[in-house]
Amino acid sequence: MSEARTGTPMSGAASLIKSLEAADVDTVFGIPGGAILPAYDPMMDSEKIRHILVRHEQGAGHAAEGYAYSSGKVGVCMATSGPGATNLVTPIADAYMDSVPMVAITGQVQSASIGTDAFQEADISGITMPITKHNFLITNPLEIPRAIAAAFHLASTGRPGPVLVDISKDALAAQTTFEWSDKVDLPGYRPTVKPHSKQVREAARLIVESRQPVLYIGGGVVRAGAADQLRKLADLTGIPVVTTLMARGVFPDSHPQNLGMPGMHGTVAAVGALQQSDLLIAIGTRFDDRVTGHLPSFAPNAKVIHADIDPAEIGKNRNADVPIVGDARHVIVDLTNALNAEYEAGKSADYEGWWRQLNQWLEEFPLGYDTPAGGEVAPQYVIERIGAAAGPDAYYASGVGQHQMWAAQFIQYEKPGHWINSGGLGTMGFSVPAAMGAKVGSPDSVVWSIDGDGCFQMTNQELATCTINDIPIKVAVINNGTLGMVRQWQSLFYNERYSNTDLNTHRIPDFVKLADAYGCHGLRCDKPEDVDKVIAKAMSLNDAPVVIDFQVHKDAMVWPMVPAGLSNDKITVARSLAPAWDSED
Amino acid sequence: MTRHTLSVLVENKPGVLARVASLFSRRGFNIESLAVGPTENPAISRMTIVVAVESLPLEQVTKQLNKLINVLKIVELEMDTAVARELLLVKVRADKDTRSHVLETVNLFRAKVVDVAPDSVTIEATGDREKLEALLRMLDQFGIKELVQSGMVAMGRGPRAITDRASRSSG
Repeated sequence: MSEARTGTPMSGAASLIKSLEAADVDTVFGIPGGAILPAYDPMMDSEKIRHILVRHEQGAGHAAEGYAYSSGKVGVCMATSGPGATNLVTPIADAYMDSVPMVAITGQVQSASIGTDAFQEADISGITMPITKHNFLITNPLEIPRAIAAAFHLASTGRPGPVLVDISKDALAAQTTFEWSDKVDLPGYRPTVKPHSKQVREAARLIVESRQPVLYIGGGVVRAGAADQLRKLADLTGIPVVTTLMARGVFPDSHPQNLGMPGMHGTVAAVGALQQSDLLIAIGTRFDDRVTGHLPSFAPNAKVIHADIDPAEIGKNRNADVPIVGDARHVIVDLTNALNAEYEAGKSADYEGWWRQLNQWLEEFPLGYDTPAGGEVAPQYVIERIGAAAGPDAYYASGVGQHQMWAAQFIQYEKPGHWINSGGLGTMGFSVPAAMGAKVGSPDSVVWSIDGDGCFQMTNQELATCTINDIPIKVAVINNGTLGMVRQWQSLFYNERYSNTDLNTHRIPDFVKLADAYGCHGLRCDKPEDVDKVIAKAMSLNDAPVVIDFQVHKDAMVWPMVPAGLSNDKITVARSLAPAWDSED
Repeated sequence: MTRHTLSVLVENKPGVLARVASLFSRRGFNIESLAVGPTENPAISRMTIVVAVESLPLEQVTKQLNKLINVLKIVELEMDTAVARELLLVKVRADKDTRSHVLETVNLFRAKVVDVAPDSVTIEATGDREKLEALLRMLDQFGIKELVQSGMVAMGRGPRAITDRASRSSG
């Protein structure tokens, strides 16, 4: 090795911890094991890093995600080789799909044993190749600081995403020198942040010429921290806004120009606006199939301005008339300036007719739900009341399924980043650990996990972590005793043949006893008149986590709905009830 | 379906070939041939990939490739402004009656004989795709025992080099 021996002598493990400290890490979620063991010794002495010992590595990964959402920093998780590393695969894939900044550090077997099917060996670099923004396998301890610096840079810049650093046990154990440099050498990585001014001017021109434009806003605007700039742009132009599942809260739900969420379970106004639009101003979004429905018939009359920091998303699902590569905040600011120039030059746009149509849809098809005829608790009501009690300053982390859709619909979001969910991958079990991570990232905020009874049983062991580490999250288990979303599809498309969707969770397990076993406050609610009382009780308990078993109506349905593979024109607002699109203006 | 030839500069690091191959596989892009080797700079390797796609997915191929951290530059080589060559080794049946006919074909194509046996002859040929396909068609009548092709390598004509600008582009 012809490297000059500058830097402080220490073990590879100490070098790793020092590197994490230099990268401004204050929290790591993880579980130690054989291969990563050397790193845990200097970890104990670190005064900057708090390591939280979880109960399953999947919990560590989702906690890192939740932490990233509420703190705005890169989430960090750590695991050993083999099964420890493979248990991180699901949260890594989740972070990849939702562009969450995360660094996962795994131990690897001795470098001489790699490829020999050694004890607890897994080719985690190979396994995570398709689901990481990048990954590193380190066998030379001198490279640890560089790899960590590069990992954090990659995770947090451009389109954020998960980066995995796999370090062999002998690299951790060896004596080396630690030298930190913030400079990263990644010649193949040059994200474009500033948009091309010609493209922006062209977009502004299209906008003032359009009559039925829509601001189609995605998670990229949240990642870019562009909520204020978006608000200014919307106020300046008077253009309606739809916020995707990943963008809820980046534009206040209380703003009159907010049409709601588009897509498979979106509002009629949002879906209708996209379908009938003549110009989509798509920013930080990727034309996901849950939003577009049947692609060939999506927004058939619309020209498309598509702005994203990832050039591969532009033109992937829908041709862009004006492609703009850049960071969403820069794009929105530049676009606002360009539009001001157009307005000053005397151009103006008249959206009166468009708004008359949109307001008609908003009025005629508001979001709503049926009160169960038999007096059972409506799940939508529970979620609505939690949102009202905790307010827009709280964080809400959901699982996946019906309860997730209701949480996206019936909670009023006013701030970006307070709605935390697994959108792209749709990972059941995301809620409790993500809520835990969010609470650690923002300890003075109220954090609610809104979970389904199916999801809850996948990762609820992290309640132990919460109790022991003073992380008092509040968990609302929307317990309908079934895998609700699958059951809904079976109701609508499989003749009510409920194959394997009955979880029997109305008593097994007994969630109140389970909560108690985990040192949490366990509450139960099975009457509509008790809902507010139970929520208030939960809000008042802050010395330990709270788990509420809300026993709700089994057959509640998520409406509206656009069945998969169909055109968005086929949106139904209740069983066999759909808007008549060709109504008089 | 058209064929496109991409010249891709990548960092010469372990696993880069696997990254490129698995990207093509999971995005459903069809690789016809792939040749990779070092360049004049030992830290940089060059891959020549022949892809069979429609032109719209080709843009996606290039953009997805650019997302790989180890990929430095991608250039699409048009066949009329590039030199493209493949290496072919073919073992042909040739006994004392047919050997002279085989050798005549070899000479016509300016190929070389690299091995001789009592009832076969091994031929080495380099050239563009059309030339090698024509050679194989001529040799088919004698009986082809074994065949190996290297995959295409290509380079743009003229004085500019692919490494001329440090910045990344997609051609």
